[in-house]
Amino acid sequence: MSFVSRGFHGRRRPDVDQARVPPGQYVTDDFPVLSAGPTPHRPLDTWSFAIGGEVDDERSWTWEELRALPSEDVTVDIHCVTKWSKLDTVWRGVSVDTLLEGIETSAEYVVEYSDGGYTTNLPLADVTGGKAWVVFEYDGEPLQPEHGGPARMLVPHLYFWKSAKWVRGLRLLAADEPGFWETNGYNNYGDPWKEQRYWGD
Amino acid sequence: METLAFDVPAWPGHRAGQHVDVRLTAEDGYRAERSYSIASAPDDTRVELTIERLEDGEVSPYLTDELRPGDAIELRGPIGGYFVWEPSQGGPLLLVAGGSGVVPLMAMIRVRAAAGSDADTRLLFSSRSWDDVIYRDELERLQNGHLTVVHTLTRSQPPDWKGYARRVDAEMLAEVAPSQAVQPAVYVCGPTPFVEAVAAALVGLGHEPARIKTERFGATGG
Repeated sequence: MSFVSRGFHGRRRPDVDQARVPPGQYVTDDFPVLSAGPTPHRPLDTWSFAIGGEVDDERSWTWEELRALPSEDVTVDIHCVTKWSKLDTVWRGVSVDTLLEGIETSAEYVVEYSDGGYTTNLPLADVTGGKAWVVFEYDGEPLQPEHGGPARMLVPHLYFWKSAKWVRGLRLLAADEPGFWETNGYNNYGDPWKEQRYWGD
Repeated sequence: METLAFDVPAWPGHRAGQHVDVRLTAEDGYRAERSYSIASAPDDTRVELTIERLEDGEVSPYLTDELRPGDAIELRGPIGGYFVWEPSQGGPLLLVAGGSGVVPLMAMIRVRAAAGSDADTRLLFSSRSWDDVIYRDELERLQNGHLTVVHTLTRSQPPDWKGYARRVDAEMLAEVAPSQAVQPAVYVCGPTPFVEAVAAALVGLGHEPARIKTERFGATGG
């Protein structure tokens, strides 16, 4: 018989479909901010997004060039490793598939890197096939710096630390390269449905 | 705020700044998990958590109101490799705490004291009132030539109060923090607006962003 906390009843939200909530998470109506350091402030005229690494030709876009690409509205649930989940969050951005269009690569991994030095790693397969975006609007408004603006990654099927804030590019790699939180005790992959929070889970 | 002490057999030890995940399970299998910073310096199998009871919280009221001596909880940790400080790092050290954000910083102060470290350490601690200051007496006892504690009381002050009486701002940090020239290691912990304002002010005062470690806390509606 598994452990039961004497006298604990919990508080289930009747307005939430529990099937949408991964193990160990609770649904919040807030939008908490978590980060390891000060918020970078990047002026748009010096912003760029680049794709490089194991590619024949590196590519980059200025802010205007990124905004000229086809973009879409995306409504997704997001799950933070610190236990909060937020349902039906609305974003606008460019699909990573659009950014990778025409790029030839044998790379199997990617690192997202950001202003301020943050990095996070994933299999390339986890940012392709309609699974990831570079987003610049949240809830119909320009993405605020606290939440990763001017642009951040959105990779909702993994814990949200895999969606780098203040993102400046993707480096495609032949070998996996654990990023910031991955080298500070967190899981290398981060599937919320398997509760892969910490290294070794 | 309430401090709970747990005996955790086979606890591997921890570093100041790390946290634990607490998991509660109801009779029908429903589970809730939350993270809490470890308040204590490493001490064998004893782990102390200082919990802020959130009025509309799901987990904190259980921990502060329901849990009794002898009860067990499920605990996982220690977790976290970034927001940590060890005495071997030395100083100068600047700790900036907003309310319950002082918990991981107190673990740093305690481990520093236990190690007999004389690393130059300054704690700037924002609380609503004198009665709200957590660890107040202990901080008073630990102050010496190398550990300075500066309080700011934002909502109400005792009648004879001569200290700061406002939210932490750039001017206060300029007066309290070591100069950016000595490159202090900085740890800031508290509610998000507090951390945001403090970190931005410190960067504005010339501190390297990479030397400012932040941890954001507080009520998120859960």
